[in-house]
Amino acid sequence: MAELLHTRGLSRHFKVGGTFSGKRLHAVDDVDLTINTREIVALVGESGSGKSTIARLLARVYKPTAGEIIYQGRSLETLRHRKDLLAYRGDVPMVFQDPFSSLNPAYRVKHGILRGLVLHRPDLNAAQRHAEAVRVVDAVGLHPAADILERFPYQLSGGQRQRIGFAQALAYRPKLIIADEPVSMLDVSIRIGLLNVMAALREDEGVSILYITHDIASARYLSDRIAVMYGGHIVETGPTEAVLSDPKHPYTQLLLSAVPDPRAPLNTEAIADRGEPPRVVDPAPGCRFRARCPLAIERCGVQTPVLRELGPAHHAACHVAVAEDLSRA
Amino acid sequence: MTDESPALLSIRGLRVEYATADDPVIAVDDVSFDVGKGEFVGVVGESGCGKSTMLFALARLLSPPAEITGGSVEFRGENLVTMTEKQLNVLRWRDFSVVMQSAMNALNPVASIGAQFADAIAAHAKYSKAQVAERSVEVLRLVGIDPIHLKSYPHQLSGGMRQRAMIAMALLFTPDLVIMDEPTSALDVVAQRALMIQIRELQARLGFAVIFVTHDMSLVSHFSDQLLVMYAGQVVEAGPTRTVFDDPAHPYSRGLLDAFPSIRGPRVPLTGIPGSPPDLARPPIGCRFEPRCPVAVADCATTRPALYSVGPARSRCLLNAPASDTASTLASPREETQHG
Repeated sequence: MAELLHTRGLSRHFKVGGTFSGKRLHAVDDVDLTINTREIVALVGESGSGKSTIARLLARVYKPTAGEIIYQGRSLETLRHRKDLLAYRGDVPMVFQDPFSSLNPAYRVKHGILRGLVLHRPDLNAAQRHAEAVRVVDAVGLHPAADILERFPYQLSGGQRQRIGFAQALAYRPKLIIADEPVSMLDVSIRIGLLNVMAALREDEGVSILYITHDIASARYLSDRIAVMYGGHIVETGPTEAVLSDPKHPYTQLLLSAVPDPRAPLNTEAIADRGEPPRVVDPAPGCRFRARCPLAIERCGVQTPVLRELGPAHHAACHVAVAEDLSRA
Repeated sequence: MTDESPALLSIRGLRVEYATADDPVIAVDDVSFDVGKGEFVGVVGESGCGKSTMLFALARLLSPPAEITGGSVEFRGENLVTMTEKQLNVLRWRDFSVVMQSAMNALNPVASIGAQFADAIAAHAKYSKAQVAERSVEVLRLVGIDPIHLKSYPHQLSGGMRQRAMIAMALLFTPDLVIMDEPTSALDVVAQRALMIQIRELQARLGFAVIFVTHDMSLVSHFSDQLLVMYAGQVVEAGPTRTVFDDPAHPYSRGLLDAFPSIRGPRVPLTGIPGSPPDLARPPIGCRFEPRCPVAVADCATTRPALYSVGPARSRCLLNAPASDTASTLASPREETQHG
């Protein structure tokens, strides 16, 4: 698999408190994330862990405080011209969480799709644009597509609207779709349908997807690789099955034990934890999970753990986690 | 529930309508169930299925255009539906209390937690200042929050703490029944799990009953005694939680259960439930789930199913009707149709 995009030391800090407080909230710190072509990567974490900040950094809504994003071998810092930036935004569109506020209620569905086509694919004429709009609406499983295009957002259900979000992104012929909690506002009975649409887009259209979610079960359903975030750091990353069947980081273990699973007996391990995710303001060195960690040792308070390879392509940032026997793997 | 001890709360044929310019929309249609002392009843369903409307109705918190147009809600033998506001105010908060969905909006942002506790107490009892302080500290300790936070404002607490403060507030008078409307939906899984376990512990200690409304069926799987599955304003399945999970009788319950990917076991492709819930202003003539149902038969489109007994549970599905009724209806299942 060829690499499509990676980040190196990506960080984003925000000023907090009064103008002169000088305090900085470290929303994302030192993140190295790789997304390959035709790959679905899940970014999992609690609210406030920095997942959406990463999405916005990748979508160029924010500029990084430090570090860089390298897309197809080229740092985004070198994109100076409007044309280059426009091309990048067409290649890496974003799908938003709230399907009720991300479509303009005053326009028909086709409006947003056709506008994107005018902007990002100027080579098409009006008839071709319309044909393309029909194709993308069809591709996200909305039938009859020509009829759906003429509707207003209020005539569509939440699941249908979110599919339109994906159709809009798809119209640009994207390489990577950044999907920020795309199903969390939908009803459970239609979530799976949208996850299946995302899987089909990868198969049929060859796009990569960064799937941002707090729902680890849906991450497992959809993704090839998973990255778990905590307090602005990626604390564990690796092939989805490897991470979930053998979580190395105590936070991943906690997260997994808290997932309600009606098919399994009640897991009581998570009872002890009443902790809260941290607000990382001007952090001192040390592991950000240590206050909640059952395994914390002295070293965790003085040295920030970095990602170490503990299994095949499976990394965790923990001083205590033990590598699996590589000869066994 | 046993027949010997009368239920704490007994709901019979409850019906709620929203008045509109055209025909009224029946948001809650003929809902009946019982809540025993100290029982945990989970109510699950999608948005728009009427679960929150039902909950507001039984707490008598509906405001126009919604109105209870039929049925009774008997709380310890008294019918709440026919009570006046004055009579209700004696019961509210002291005997039954409500925890709202969004603690961010339900708490007053410009009053400290302690002041809001004092307000609630003053509205429903005559306590001295010392008693108010003592009780406030007590209930905060109950939910595991340091009493120092009585001086805190809502924005100074995390989401989980705010939600627990709301529960503490509901417990000020140790009521017999606490009604909860998706209290965990704004929380992360870890905080969610911690809160659920805490509610269960408090329940075991203080003996109150809980009606817990949620859209997340798996959340209540380990916590509720009885489970009610609602669809399009009706109860489609009701029974002991374990039975409904292990052996769901209604196709909608089965669909809901199959809509959750698991974090264990093999990765299998899931389908969810195609289509979306019906418009309640124009519900289907027969079974309301028929347009989305993978096992619907010809009669489903025309016959309104009743709640049929299936073992310890009840299911509103023609396929669960007693054998005599179904001899003619068990034609071959209709082809599954493709919806958007």
